[in-house]
Amino acid sequence: MTEQIPTDQTKELPPGLQLEKVDDRIMTLNVGPQHPGSGHMRIIVRIDGDYIVDADPDPGYVHRGEEKMAEVRNYLLNIPHLERPVIHDSCNILYPYVLGVEDLVGIEVPERAKYVRVIAAELNRCVYTQYWLAIYGIFLGHSTMFMWPAGDRELMIDLLEKMTGARVTHSYFIPGGVRNDIPANFEDVCLRQVNYFEKRIKEYADIFYDNPILKARTEDTGVLSSQDAIRLGTTGSVLRASGIDYDVRVKEPYDVYEELDVHTNVLKDGDSYARSKIPWLDMLESCNIIRQALEKMPKSGSVRTKLKPNPKGVGNDEVYRRVESGRGAAGMHIISNGKPEPYRVKISPGSFRNLIALPYLLKGEKLGNMPAVYWSLNYWPVEADR
Amino acid sequence: MSVIAPKFRLAYFLKSIIDNIFWAIILVTLIGIPAIQIGLFYGDLPVIEGELLTAFLAFTWLFNPAMALPLVKSLIYSDLFRIAAFPGFGFAALIAAGTIFVERKMLAKLQLRVGPFYCGKIEGILQLAGDGLKLISKEIIIPAKADKPIFWAAPVLFVATAAAFVSLIPVAPGGWVVADLDVGLLAVFAVIGFFPIITVLSAWSANSKYPFIGGIRALHQMVSFEIPLILSLLGVVILTGTLNLSEIVESQHNFPWIIFMPIGAIVFFTAMLAELERIPFDLPEAESEIVAGWLTEFSGMMYGLVQLGSYVKLYAFAALFVVIFLGGWTGPVFWPPLDEQIITTGLEISSYTGDPFLTVSTPGLPLFDADPNEWILQKQGELQYTTGQLLISGVVWFVLKTIAVIFFILLPRGVFPRIRIDMLLHIGWYKLIGLSFVNIFIALGLLYSGILGPEGVF
Repeated sequence: MTEQIPTDQTKELPPGLQLEKVDDRIMTLNVGPQHPGSGHMRIIVRIDGDYIVDADPDPGYVHRGEEKMAEVRNYLLNIPHLERPVIHDSCNILYPYVLGVEDLVGIEVPERAKYVRVIAAELNRCVYTQYWLAIYGIFLGHSTMFMWPAGDRELMIDLLEKMTGARVTHSYFIPGGVRNDIPANFEDVCLRQVNYFEKRIKEYADIFYDNPILKARTEDTGVLSSQDAIRLGTTGSVLRASGIDYDVRVKEPYDVYEELDVHTNVLKDGDSYARSKIPWLDMLESCNIIRQALEKMPKSGSVRTKLKPNPKGVGNDEVYRRVESGRGAAGMHIISNGKPEPYRVKISPGSFRNLIALPYLLKGEKLGNMPAVYWSLNYWPVEADR
Repeated sequence: MSVIAPKFRLAYFLKSIIDNIFWAIILVTLIGIPAIQIGLFYGDLPVIEGELLTAFLAFTWLFNPAMALPLVKSLIYSDLFRIAAFPGFGFAALIAAGTIFVERKMLAKLQLRVGPFYCGKIEGILQLAGDGLKLISKEIIIPAKADKPIFWAAPVLFVATAAAFVSLIPVAPGGWVVADLDVGLLAVFAVIGFFPIITVLSAWSANSKYPFIGGIRALHQMVSFEIPLILSLLGVVILTGTLNLSEIVESQHNFPWIIFMPIGAIVFFTAMLAELERIPFDLPEAESEIVAGWLTEFSGMMYGLVQLGSYVKLYAFAALFVVIFLGGWTGPVFWPPLDEQIITTGLEISSYTGDPFLTVSTPGLPLFDADPNEWILQKQGELQYTTGQLLISGVVWFVLKTIAVIFFILLPRGVFPRIRIDMLLHIGWYKLIGLSFVNIFIALGLLYSGILGPEGVF
């Protein structure tokens, strides 16, 4: 469709509002931010017929300056707002910060607290992945796959509420352990609900992952080769779906992950289908890890080493720690200059690195594949904008 | 996950009833009665039993059973009733409203949730009325550079075309169809061919990008699925030798055609889903790709009209499937004949002491019989069933079969994701057209081997 330039327009329009004159065959679509298939971002897509010739992701609509806010609050007060970028995965996004501050201050964490952290982190990974999967389902027009994960997610949220007292924004991990001990009888409830959860998500294969239309629709779309996956710097499920065996929990184990048997799920294809299947396999693996952690956890003991109020960094020191979050490796670089507040906190989320692959993957795809490719990248707009 | 219903209070309930009665009286006196009087002043009055029917006469007759029944009967057999109420648009709109309710509740059960719950107190039965009121009260926004006359006309044309489609469907034996054409099936094809034109007109006139893409998709989809849709019905036409839909139904009094032509039925059902833009073929309205497709710029009641039209269209397609493959109204007649005493001497209503204190003579009671004296022929053994019996059981069979087909149209929405445009065209052009030719060859084989057809064994 030709972009019509009005001829009778006498008034000069500001540069952003002028209609762009482009090739007759090319149409420019602004997918987002007010679009049911975009999230809090915009993708400027140029299409030739049904084929995408150019895609330009434009994040930044939900930038809140979390990193700057971290510079004016002390180490403990940073905890509640640093988990805001991904409230559905709040334990995992806070994990590298807590590990880093522990390294800076140099305190020991009780053994029981490490297991509690692992359980909370894996539960939270399931909560996030269920939410992501629900949106992936509705992006492909599968409304049952929207409702089932959104409902089953409540099981994990209930467990986290019992542990932490909050449904989504837990603020549970603190330097030196966790905020409070888990309630009595939690192990039995957790085991029962995790077993039921595992049974439920195995049923997703029947309606979603083995669905012939879904397979025909998403296989061989948006193929990311293993070399490209490394070259573009993707992490997490995107990297593992392209055949690279990389998981921070296994390669750089933190807390008690080295004592647990963590299996890394790897698929070779690198297409949208593989990228959407890896988080689902990871959820099943999370259930295994939770069961192992519940078994090996010390039955009693302290869960928190007391930290002085206003903990100070050890002089001029810096630390970089990273964990495996729901969207890949999430790192935090903390620089201390001896004051109660950190000098700098740099968040390095997995979402933003995965977004880099989007323009490469969308080029040459059909317009109908755009939601499938975009959301299979395991991208969370709020986390990338920080 | 407990759901808390609002507490029931008798005073509020009574107040709402009194409010409703108040508004009903106000609206009837200010709008209803003047409208009826103006209509009676200008309209032609029918002649019943040799008397010109005036408003006063009708009012008098309504309280006299002997005259009220002929009055009702003359209404039932009028053209207006056929177009507006029973085999026409009113019946279709009623089934469409039921379809929307069933779709919401069934999908909710499938997805482990509750569905509409509050509105109307009983399982959200008034949710649709609430949605309609909301749509009516909303502002209609038209894009600045839209082609306004066409943009305004498109929803109305859509509903009108759906109503034209409904008017071709025979519902019950004895000519219960608005337009009983000898080329009924050709007229159906002509009406179906009208939908893509309206879709593209509305999409193009909105002068917006997402409706444009949706309109092009709809054009691809509807035009390429019309061919298997038409070809899949040709097998039935070959075997029956007629295009009249009523005669096609009559030819199935022994068995429905789906027994001999399952391939044609499958092809027709698939093409039907694509024509109706139901999931998995809802590409023209694909939400996550092109917002709402060709419906994006419609707002308020314009959107409501398009939705009404699409559900009426859904009923019409399901009814066409029933008429051609499932035998329409054919089925065992289960409605018992009327009691002779009630027709001749009437009902005796007795008081609690046992004495009859009131006798109501009902000579016009065989309301649905074409000829009021059919029950006498039935008594003498010359007639097996009266037309009233055939009508009632026929309509019940037809509605049951249609509901079953509608159920199967709704079900894929909870099971399948949306497919892509190239996969859709591949299915349409390669697979469905090939299968429909296989179906035609099966029909020809059955015809020339002498098993079926005009001189067949069955």
